[in-house]
Amino acid sequence: MNVLFTLTIACYIASSLGYQGYVLFQRRSVYKVSSTLLWIGFLCHTGFIALQYFETGHIPVQGLHETLSTFGWAVAGVFLALQIKFNLMVLGALVAPLASLSVVIASILPRPYVELDPLFRGLWRTFHIGTLILGLAALAIAFLVGVLYLIQEKAIKDKKRGFFFRRLPSLNLLDSMGYSCLITGFPLLTCGIITGVIYAQMVHGRFWSWDHKEIFAGITWLVYAVLLHERLTVGWQGRRAAVMTIVGFVILIFTFFLRFLG
Amino acid sequence: MEENQIVIIGLNHKTAPVEVRECLAFASEDNPKVLETMRQEPYVDEVVLFSTCNRVEFLLATKDTSRATEAIKDFLAEFKKTPRDTFENALYTYEGDEAVRHIFRVAASLDSMVVGEPQILGQIKDSYQEASDHRSCGVILNRLMHRSFSVAKRVRTETGIGDHAVSISYAAVELARKIFGELEGKSVLLIGAGEMAEQAVEHLVTNRAEPIYVANRTFERGLEIAEKFKGTAIRFEEVRDYLKQVDIVISSTGAPNYILVRSDFKGVMRARKNRPLFFIDIAVPRDIEPEINRITNVYVYDIDDLEGAIQENIEERQQEARRGERIVDGAVVQFRRWFQSLDVVPTIVSLRDKVEEIRQAELKKTFASLTSASEEDKAAIDRLTAALVKKILHDPTVFLKDSGHRDQKSLYVDICRRLFKLDERNNRESQKE
Repeated sequence: MNVLFTLTIACYIASSLGYQGYVLFQRRSVYKVSSTLLWIGFLCHTGFIALQYFETGHIPVQGLHETLSTFGWAVAGVFLALQIKFNLMVLGALVAPLASLSVVIASILPRPYVELDPLFRGLWRTFHIGTLILGLAALAIAFLVGVLYLIQEKAIKDKKRGFFFRRLPSLNLLDSMGYSCLITGFPLLTCGIITGVIYAQMVHGRFWSWDHKEIFAGITWLVYAVLLHERLTVGWQGRRAAVMTIVGFVILIFTFFLRFLG
Repeated sequence: MEENQIVIIGLNHKTAPVEVRECLAFASEDNPKVLETMRQEPYVDEVVLFSTCNRVEFLLATKDTSRATEAIKDFLAEFKKTPRDTFENALYTYEGDEAVRHIFRVAASLDSMVVGEPQILGQIKDSYQEASDHRSCGVILNRLMHRSFSVAKRVRTETGIGDHAVSISYAAVELARKIFGELEGKSVLLIGAGEMAEQAVEHLVTNRAEPIYVANRTFERGLEIAEKFKGTAIRFEEVRDYLKQVDIVISSTGAPNYILVRSDFKGVMRARKNRPLFFIDIAVPRDIEPEINRITNVYVYDIDDLEGAIQENIEERQQEARRGERIVDGAVVQFRRWFQSLDVVPTIVSLRDKVEEIRQAELKKTFASLTSASEEDKAAIDRLTAALVKKILHDPTVFLKDSGHRDQKSLYVDICRRLFKLDERNNRESQKE
């Protein structure tokens, strides 16, 4: 395995442990170390993906293992970018393990050599997959934030002020972070689907062929579209928005795996 | 008794009811007079006076504890024109380690009525400042006070003793922050009146919550309260309309029934675009129907819920306080080591030991290179150096023994120990043990 990739996995795992430690002991120094580790891991990962790109001429999304690795990279990247604005420290305890899990599974999955169809190259496809993966990462973080929101909301509603109540930030912060993830993820998802449709026309000669993959992609898009619409007009926020974000992501991840299984 | 003792004589909220404490408390303009009088006392070498609303204490360095205690009691009775038996039972006297521990605990807010409250350290520092302005404390109390400041600081930074809110109004603000994050620009509606409710509004205002609305059954009373917070008074009947725009509602009326019930909320959440709404119901009987807590994005806390939160925080603080006690224990031991070293005899002994050590080491070095010297020569050199040491140390020893002048003795001993770095030596030895 590539040295950069090994280093990436090590950094992600170490950072995950660090973030858990931060949640437990609430030491700022632990947080700083974990954050730095995640940055290092992310940079190694970026290097690794860039190398792969120059070797093969396409972004590494052939097969589940490459896609998972790129997904882990996108999750780490989107999280680090969001951190600059929100500084939601406990979120790392969920995001870093997600990134670690993606790269670890990616590293143990078999890597069948696939002769690349020339059709699979090209700008459209790079754009299609690239936007989808980034969108997926942003929505995955929206999902995690939604989970944190529900935990904190329940603690406040039930007046049980336990472990999480002390450690989680305010509902308002969680809600606006979820919203930021959504307005980042949704346009990317839309772009990904549109470019996918155009790409389908180029490859199969049809824009939309009503196969189950496409249907689910459509449903996912609709769920997020409704959520965003309600947020903007009626002002859906808080609990309902968090629940919808979670539902949306479950369908999204189902669609994602459908591509590889179906 | 020959040597100086550290003594604390005083009373606090645990031993004396407020009627007694207010009788004995000193106004700050009295302090110079008190310190001046105490300095004249033959049995009091050094003194610091603490007088806050929860405690009146004299911290002394004295050679005769019982006489000093009597002197203080007489002084209190005379100065305050109060018969001794009104306060005598409430007084406690701690000596030595116990006194040191007590002052460390007071400074670290472990002995406060609300454990962990931060004001006490400032008050102690002021008292010390006053005492040193009037030159009423010397080498012992200076050291003790400085130690107590650093102990207090350690306790505050190394434990979470001051972390959690322990009053209803603080707890309400803490909760509001968990819901809204920043409170800046969050509007507050106060229904009714009452000290606790107004305190909560005040805390919210300090956190820059605004605008403030006040609804009272008597509009004039509402106006009065609103003025205090630079808010707006509204009519009691308007409360339901204002639910659409305010974020935090504090309710504290004497109404026998709920003043807001679930059915009042029809259309409210939609109108406010689902923005969260937080009710703090301080009234007994309650003003806000508990059912309202079940509406999405609406949170209702009544007085018991807040009490529950505080109880948890108090327990948390007590746990932290136990860690604080351990820090204090360590500091007491350290201080004792320094304090004991102030005795003349041990200082003379360790001074001699140190010089003797140097002599032996040098002799060893010299004999190693003097291979030609006979045993007789060596004995002569040994005698010569021993005599030198003895003569050099004679005057300082006599001086230390005779400088019987009160706290000057501790001062000279302290200087001597520093000149010859005797404490480093002691520390080395105790570490070896």
